[in-house]
Amino acid sequence: MADAAPILSVKDLRVGFRTLDGRVDAVRGINLNVKAGETVAIVGESGSGKSQTMMAAMGLLASNGSATGTVDYRGRNLLGLPKSELNKIRGSKISMIFQEPMTSLDPLYTIGSQLIEPIRRHRGLNAKDAHAEALRLLELVRIPEPRRRLRSYPYEMSGGQRQRVMIAMALANDPDILIADEPTTALDVTVQAQILKLLADLQKKLGMAIVFITHDLGIVRRLADRVYVMRSGEVVEEGATQAIFSTPKHDYTKMLLAAEPTGHKAPPPPGAPIVLEGRGVEVTFEIGGGFLAGDPMILRAVDKISVALRQQQTIGIVGESGSGKSTLGRALLRLLPSTGVIRFGMKDIAKLDREDMRPLRRELQLVFQDPFGSLSPRMTVGQIVTEGLLVHEPGLSRADRDRRAIEALREVGLDPAMRNRYPHEFSGGQRQRIAIARAMILKPRVVVLDEPTSALDRSVQKQIVELLRDLQQAHELSYLFISHDLSVVRAMADYIIVMKEGRIVEQGETEAIFDHPAEDYTRTLMAAAVDETRFRAAG
Amino acid sequence: MTDLAATAARAEATRGRSFWGDAWARLKANRAAMVSLIYLGLMAVVCIAGPWFVPHQYTTIYADYVRTPPSLSAYPKPEMIETALADVMKRMRVDLKEWHQEGERIFVTVTSSREIDERNTRYVDRSDTFDDARVEEKSADGKTMVISAAIKQQYFLFGTDNTGRDMLSRTLMAGRVSLAIGLLAGVVAVVIGVIYGATAGFLGGRADEIMMRIVDVLYSLPFIFFVIMLVVFFGRNFVLMFLAVGAVLWLDMARIVRGQALSIRRQEYVQAAEALGVSRTGILARHIVPNLLGVVVIYMTLLVPQVIILESFLSFLGLGVQEPMTSWGVLISVGAKNIGTANWLLLFPALFLVSTLFALNFVGDGLRDALDPKDR
Repeated sequence: MADAAPILSVKDLRVGFRTLDGRVDAVRGINLNVKAGETVAIVGESGSGKSQTMMAAMGLLASNGSATGTVDYRGRNLLGLPKSELNKIRGSKISMIFQEPMTSLDPLYTIGSQLIEPIRRHRGLNAKDAHAEALRLLELVRIPEPRRRLRSYPYEMSGGQRQRVMIAMALANDPDILIADEPTTALDVTVQAQILKLLADLQKKLGMAIVFITHDLGIVRRLADRVYVMRSGEVVEEGATQAIFSTPKHDYTKMLLAAEPTGHKAPPPPGAPIVLEGRGVEVTFEIGGGFLAGDPMILRAVDKISVALRQQQTIGIVGESGSGKSTLGRALLRLLPSTGVIRFGMKDIAKLDREDMRPLRRELQLVFQDPFGSLSPRMTVGQIVTEGLLVHEPGLSRADRDRRAIEALREVGLDPAMRNRYPHEFSGGQRQRIAIARAMILKPRVVVLDEPTSALDRSVQKQIVELLRDLQQAHELSYLFISHDLSVVRAMADYIIVMKEGRIVEQGETEAIFDHPAEDYTRTLMAAAVDETRFRAAG
Repeated sequence: MTDLAATAARAEATRGRSFWGDAWARLKANRAAMVSLIYLGLMAVVCIAGPWFVPHQYTTIYADYVRTPPSLSAYPKPEMIETALADVMKRMRVDLKEWHQEGERIFVTVTSSREIDERNTRYVDRSDTFDDARVEEKSADGKTMVISAAIKQQYFLFGTDNTGRDMLSRTLMAGRVSLAIGLLAGVVAVVIGVIYGATAGFLGGRADEIMMRIVDVLYSLPFIFFVIMLVVFFGRNFVLMFLAVGAVLWLDMARIVRGQALSIRRQEYVQAAEALGVSRTGILARHIVPNLLGVVVIYMTLLVPQVIILESFLSFLGLGVQEPMTSWGVLISVGAKNIGTANWLLLFPALFLVSTLFALNFVGDGLRDALDPKDR
């Protein structure tokens, strides 16, 4: 298979974007090729140009982008092709699946009509045959009850199932090449493992080539034959997967391989006081209901959970999306209405109202997952960081606040000179540092970290984990660390709670949970992430 | 401390491009929007300052120049002198014997069966066509007289209307009124709508339900009925126009803003502010409203034309601005009636209104692209 001639070869591809600051080069003259039936991975951090390479090949660049060079598919240069010619190739011979399964399906049409329509157009089948074909595709991607699912709307399906539908759509016309752009990034670890296995099986069965674009080296090792490592628009290293992993040549590749968060957190000294405690915490949501709709459905997101967080302790809360882990974190901070007892220090805060909670807010802080959504785009970094001071220390002068902002930014490792800039000028990692500075400037005692590293690149994750650990040391902080990423949790937490469907499945010291998981669910979670932990041991 | 001072100094140098700075740069790159913006600025200056420079008052009636077509050369035209002269003679109750023109002046020989009073020449002065009447010769019996008068040179670039008023000054005055109403009623609608909608959207729950049902009730009131009621209670009033139009159009604004506020409320930066303990008014003022402004600015550029059109509709019904004050809407409705005989009555105000609305729409489009760039 490796000797076959390349069916897609990219030569000296350059992609640039016109912006207000002049031309920005996203891809600077790269060469790569894909042979029939093989899996090629393009690996790089965000901004390395890995997605834009394939977008350019498919003619999907944003309107201010332009590409030069050649993208040769079976003897035809895709770059110069008029749109009508290109449409004959893309979608049928080369197809693509995207990162976000929530938004790439049209919410107004059933899965069936979204599948059948392209089949009929590209292959000219009649309605009945196309229907049968759609059914076959859904079976192929192993969607349970395919006949019923044809009539479902996207909102009725989970993220993993939608991604399966996307794959079915991509396979509808027997493509030569399937381009998968971070297809599992938005999914839970267990679902991620299933999707990857599905892709591997499908490739074996159908024999198409897969181009895998990802930042996650764990996936690459499991799936790819060859790897291209990209950085700032250039290919810095390429080779067979085994070779790259065992003997990386370029420093950047080495850095990526070593980017797994390492180290452990020592448990708090025995007898450390409990700072935040919840007993029998329950959060329910009413769904539907109302004047004419009858009784609402009651969803128990957090079902009688008890947690005790000691000073300088980090409790990792692990679970898939929908397990209620974020809800628990917010309920403990009294940001959501809940029942049960919540104690902060000696005080029962479960019954306090908004006004009475306000003075306590400075000691109970929250850092969010999405560093792009959690900073207001209309405020400067300095304003964002000092907003809490306006509430809790209204006596401070402008100059005092400015000085505190400088200190806080310096503490999280940012250049304080940047404080008059706006969030959109910063990278994801820098933004997360700003969000951390916003929480830390108030000198809190408890910080709930809601997936603070999930949206970041591996190498940046490592830095943020180290920063959080340093801050904890320096200020005797207690963390509630919510995450689905077991490798990060292992590096951060000294105690772990595994949650499923609003209940605690298992809890205990980190090492104990990782070494001897007692419950099946915990084992499934581990197994899904095991590749990553294994190669960390090897690297 | 010196370190801090140095940092502060450097911060000035690295001041980031703000959201608005960014949007302005994008807008500047959009040629249609920039041309429109300049055009609107010119239009505003011309309408505000123009009437002081036009030699005619917008109220002055030139009885000799009823429905004069627009012309770049000066009036009166040669054939008009004769008619105007005949008109004056009739008023003086004398007979025209002979007249001829010498340069800027005309010389007229008049006769009458009775003695002609010299004071009668004031009728010549009163005419819109002549000026500076002088008695040159008078026969012994006083029944024949030679009068000379200067021809008054007048320019009617846009022609005159049915009662002989200069269309240029009227169009410019109308522009003042229309633009003022558009802007002021627009601002009224935006201020009420933003505050109301943002509050409803941010509070959510029952408060939102009640506030939006009130909006629904107000929606169901017929607009004309509402305006007639206002006019009955408070009489006809220019300020009332702003209130009436603004009070109706804020409903749309409130709905749009509420929808936006609902989605902004769920943004993590609002949750983060709540976690910081920021009060509700603080969140509304610092987070919700600033993040709404993009939509508001866009909607406002679309609102202003709507207001201008609404105003002309009201004026057409006789509920808006009253003679001799005028607006583009009024001029257009008059022009529409005379489209067959005097199309310039329609042409010029319509040209001004349409080009202004076009420019506003282009600016609105440009702002939308500048403030909501998908490819950022």
